[in-house]
Amino acid sequence: MTLDGPIDCDIHPIVPSSEALLPYLPGHWAEVVVQRGITDLDSASYPQSTPLASRPDWRSDHARPGADLTLLQAHALDRWGLSAAICNCVYGVWPVFSADMAAAFSHGLNAWIAAEWLDRDPRLRSSIIVPLQSPQLAAEEIDRWAGDKRFVQVLLPVFADMPLGNRYYWPIFEAAARHGLPVGIHAGSTYRNPVTPSGWPSYYVEDYVAQSQGFHSQLASLICEGTFVKFPELKVVFIESGFTWMPSALWRLNKYWQGLRMEVPWVDRSPSEIAREHIRLTLQPVDAPPDPELLNRFMTHMESEDMLLFSSDYPHWQFDRDEVVPPGLSPSLLRKIQYDNPRATYSRLTERAQ
Amino acid sequence: MNVVGKIDATKGKGVGNRLAVADCDIHPTVNGYRDLYPYLEKRWQTHLQTYGAKVRHGYQRGAAYPKGQPDAKRRDAWPEGGGLAGSDLRLLQTQHLDANNVELGVLNPLTFCGYGLLNSDLSAALATAANEWQKNDFTRRDPRLKASIVVPYEDGPAAAREIERCAAEDDFVQVLLLSRTAEPLGKRNYWPIFEAAAAANLPVGVHAFGYGGAPVTGSGWPSYYIEEMFGHSPSCQALLASMIFEGVFERYPNFKLVLIEAGCAWLPAFTWRLDKHWERLRSEVPHVKRPPSEYIRQQVWITTQPIEEPEPRSHLVDVIDWIGWDRLLFASDYPHWDFDDPAVAFPIDIPLDLRQQFLLTNAKALYGVQ
Repeated sequence: MTLDGPIDCDIHPIVPSSEALLPYLPGHWAEVVVQRGITDLDSASYPQSTPLASRPDWRSDHARPGADLTLLQAHALDRWGLSAAICNCVYGVWPVFSADMAAAFSHGLNAWIAAEWLDRDPRLRSSIIVPLQSPQLAAEEIDRWAGDKRFVQVLLPVFADMPLGNRYYWPIFEAAARHGLPVGIHAGSTYRNPVTPSGWPSYYVEDYVAQSQGFHSQLASLICEGTFVKFPELKVVFIESGFTWMPSALWRLNKYWQGLRMEVPWVDRSPSEIAREHIRLTLQPVDAPPDPELLNRFMTHMESEDMLLFSSDYPHWQFDRDEVVPPGLSPSLLRKIQYDNPRATYSRLTERAQ
Repeated sequence: MNVVGKIDATKGKGVGNRLAVADCDIHPTVNGYRDLYPYLEKRWQTHLQTYGAKVRHGYQRGAAYPKGQPDAKRRDAWPEGGGLAGSDLRLLQTQHLDANNVELGVLNPLTFCGYGLLNSDLSAALATAANEWQKNDFTRRDPRLKASIVVPYEDGPAAAREIERCAAEDDFVQVLLLSRTAEPLGKRNYWPIFEAAAAANLPVGVHAFGYGGAPVTGSGWPSYYIEEMFGHSPSCQALLASMIFEGVFERYPNFKLVLIEAGCAWLPAFTWRLDKHWERLRSEVPHVKRPPSEYIRQQVWITTQPIEEPEPRSHLVDVIDWIGWDRLLFASDYPHWDFDDPAVAFPIDIPLDLRQQFLLTNAKALYGVQ
């Protein structure tokens, strides 16, 4: 395996129905699903019929968007010549209240992904879904799958019960770091807290736009809590986060760090320096105007060519035709985004190739 | 954060060399509810003494997160005669207005003004008292100063009544709320505020801070004050999105919004994001007729403090180019610790006409002050 095509760091297989998971749920949980009539756990973060959930030309009469491997192959893997693609299954495990139920469904989802997707196309990789309701159980789920090198990161939602840098969650980071797995933080919520600091918004578009504010919070939390001091090898990937918000957020955090660093003395370098070393962001959605000159001017504000990772966000409708990368980026930056940066971030991709 | 040493108020720091300034965020400070008693009914005085003011966080008084220093104030801004920094007009005049050649100072009182109190009637009574206090203690004593109409914003009709009560007096140049409201600011319970402000041709200033009940992050409460401070810019992003998608700008075309003390460099990227996802999801919000960027370009102004200081500094010029130089308002945040000094607030050399626009003329035009 030479990984000579672009590496897509965010695609979304969809669970067709809770029935599909039944064979993969541990213990008595298949029985629970039937007995209690748990028909689906679709996350409120991605209603299936919205224009965002799937490009119109990627919809099909016989399958929900993202539920059919042959369509994924035709629309993305084959069409763009991808050498690898990382599955981020945003099923509604995150909002579950019971840690036991969340652990069972995480386990079922990971087993389902391995059997129904990873086994059927060697280009596919996956994130490990974990029950963040219990960091201890989450760490156990990481330990369970980490031996399978096709699982390349641990996945968490951008909106959780507490900011993710909080030490409550450190067992998750500890397990990820121990196995050399990056922690991916993806758009989506447990919906324990309103998605905005002033309560619940009326519209879905506000919920989706608010995701980048969630990433602001996690950026600050991970840095201020000292997560990267505790786990110096850790990489965190912000997925489907947008990325144009990042430079100004770091300028702001740098400035407050200068004024308030006595509160967090373990933060011994500027936040932007820490972010450039430890944080990566996926490409789609490109939340910038389709203006190459502006985008290239903006790219200088990133002050790093190592932070962006190629992603299509398939099947979400973020672009049309084959414009999976925005026009006008320099060939060298494009090469880094599509190949070098993903390889450097997900060491398991190249381990497998050797 | 540009305070490099104690300003010597007596020497005036070479005023003659300084450009005239409109400071869009000065904090006159109430020392305590007792300062407002002259403007409060006896009933409320007794209530405050007996029950205090119930807020949406865990402490009887003060802030949920301890500040970086006492009352988040500059250590050199405390009056020698006692009282809180910002409470003494003479010191404000000598240390800031005179020393920094402030021609127009917009007052935004924060503490003890009833913002977001759970008791709506007390909130309204304190807002009225704070407005009368601003007139008597500040605007009627120094013509450079203009006040903001404090409103009990969680009660839209009461807030509208306060706007109507004050709007005719030329002491007041804007309506003032805090950013962390109980619901997203575009929701309909706040519309009476925007309607009354638009009718009075007054901008609505939304100053960062406050406690609306929801955590400052959508992922719960952070551990540190630095995170809360950082969180004010995403908070302002959320309220801007709410006002756009609820159709506030569309409904009130002459409504003007001023975002205060949340920095400024985030605005272009957030505007791009709004446009991108409005384009995709606009069928959900058919009442939003135009791209969000158009409403922002025409109806939103932004104060710079605490101004971002990227390396290289030229990135900031890119950002302001994207915002529009005519939307930018200087603010010092006097007497708070993260004060921006007008002499160095814009951290890179820019042409004189742009500097004057930023420091003075944009604000005078917006607030209708000659």
